[in-house]
Amino acid sequence: MNMTAKIREIGKQGRGREELLAVLREARESYGCLTPEVIVELAAGLDLPVGEVYGVATFYSFLSTRPKGRNNIRICKSIPCFLKDSQIIIDTVAEAIDIQPGETTADNRFSFELTNCIGACDKAPAMMVNHRVYGGLTPAEIARILAEHK
Amino acid sequence: MPEANIVLKNCGVIDPARLDSYLAEGGFEALEKASGAMTPAEVVAEVKASGLRGRGGAGFPVGLKWGFTRQAPAEIKYVICNADEGEVGTFKDRYILEGDPFGLIEAMAIAGYAVGAGRGFIYLRAEYHFLKDKLAGAITQAKEKGLLGGFEIEIYEGAGAYVCGEEMALMESLEGKRGEVRYKPPFPPSRGLWGQPTVINNVETLMSIPRIIKNGAGWFTAIGTEKSKGSKVFSVSGDVGKPGVYELEMGSPLRELVEDLAQAQDTKAVQMGGATGRLLPGAMLDTSLDFENVLGAGSVIVYNSSRDMVDIVHRNLEFLAEESCGKCAPCREGTQLMVVVFKRILAGKAKERDIEFLKELATTMSLTSLCGLGQAAPSTLLDSLSHFEDAYRARMKDIAGAVT
Ligand SMILES: Cc1cc2nc3c(=O)[nH]c(=O)nc-3n(C[C@H](O)[C@H](O)[C@H](O)COP(=O)(O)O)c2cc1C
Ligand code: SF4
Ligand code: FES
Repeated sequence: MNMTAKIREIGKQGRGREELLAVLREARESYGCLTPEVIVELAAGLDLPVGEVYGVATFYSFLSTRPKGRNNIRICKSIPCFLKDSQIIIDTVAEAIDIQPGETTADNRFSFELTNCIGACDKAPAMMVNHRVYGGLTPAEIARILAEHK
Repeated sequence: MPEANIVLKNCGVIDPARLDSYLAEGGFEALEKASGAMTPAEVVAEVKASGLRGRGGAGFPVGLKWGFTRQAPAEIKYVICNADEGEVGTFKDRYILEGDPFGLIEAMAIAGYAVGAGRGFIYLRAEYHFLKDKLAGAITQAKEKGLLGGFEIEIYEGAGAYVCGEEMALMESLEGKRGEVRYKPPFPPSRGLWGQPTVINNVETLMSIPRIIKNGAGWFTAIGTEKSKGSKVFSVSGDVGKPGVYELEMGSPLRELVEDLAQAQDTKAVQMGGATGRLLPGAMLDTSLDFENVLGAGSVIVYNSSRDMVDIVHRNLEFLAEESCGKCAPCREGTQLMVVVFKRILAGKAKERDIEFLKELATTMSLTSLCGLGQAAPSTLLDSLSHFEDAYRARMKDIAGAVT
């Protein structure tokens, strides 16, 4: 079943609200970002007010209403990682892909943001690329990790 | 006191991908005992007698919560496992979910039987997506063997929001809404998920349940202190030689955790309980770890003498300002204001009245915020002002008469 059909089915069963977060996550992954057009379409399919869908889409950090690259890098900036020199990792990544946190590379390959604790403080400094968690980072490893993501 | 081995008993012992290895360690015997030889009321009574209190931060008595939910008149009830673990410096629930997923499932089924719920949810933080398939596999295996007796467990994935660990915000999120905290009362045992009576417990809290049912409440009450029974699992990070997850009997000294186990040296301060927790100076390392003294959800961040506490508190406040859900003004505005004032301190432009203002703001926030985030947001700030006044003095020394 394609996504549009699936969403209509959920809407018809009246499960729009219950499934909203899952649908938004999936839509964010397939469209790259939740544009106003996507939100209007989802709201119609799920039979929910546009404002409600927009409200949810802007609340959570894993959903995004701004365009993102194919791979999203999230580097942890919380205290335990900070104590383990996360700033060096942030600088190394910024230099390697030549963008600052909050930006996306011109070729759309990477987006890069800073995040709060991701629950890997025993392996600080840590980061996520898409759903994968990388811990015990050193600047030397960054190039290898980035090369894994096309 | 030696390390305890209650909650983490199976971690690193069983193969978390194989049900038979859990069964070989006595897995599902507690559920069998509860549903075979005990009435739901007896299960609740046993949990009450054990004195078990919630491990997610607030320390509410579990048996009481289960009792209220059991007595609530409703056809449909739910059990929720809070696996949102968003507190800065915590990763113990991740360790448990990785090492013993079957234990959690068994515990949830026992909770379902005790309170009369047919359906349970594991609310898993988005950052732990990598655990989802493993958990789902464990649920499928238990179900296929008929071990859950019709109790349905679903995994619901969050989407990145610290406040969704707060129980009311979590339920809003589970209902597919913005994770904004609800007004209480009503409390979850009377009106929780979709308005139905709901038990919500932390991962670690639930993990003690099968042991209590199997060994009896008397066995459990022999461990720990008068008001804190059993063990506590800690996540230790920061300036330590061996960061990681450690389980200790309640009442153990903090020193044992940070120096003997995690191998900290030259400790200046320990932050207990994460961003909304307490800041203890190194001189307080003999404090005992229990609800009577200091505990929190188990986040233990250690700072050595090279750290500047003003810097640490600043980062802490930034975290809270970012993660405030925005529902109530004291927290929404207060967390932002604290950051603004802190920027003045960092820039060396603060005056004595800024410190007075922070203290006043802290009182307002503690008294009037809707949930624990806003209520406890100023706690590390206030602790730093009382234990590390020098650090502030150093930042304000340029201004004549800034600090009296
Ligand atoms: C801002 C905030 C965040 C919280 N985050 C969590 C969390 O990540 N995990 C958790 O188990 N409890 C968290 N709690 C506590 C829950 O609201 C609730 O007390 C807990 O799920 C109850 O379970 P317990 O009694 O087993 O501890 C949080 C509370 C607040 C105020
Ligand atoms: S105290 Fe903060 S997090 Fe809690 S309800 Fe108010 S604004 Fe939201
Ligand atoms: S502080 Fe970075 S993973 Fe926890």
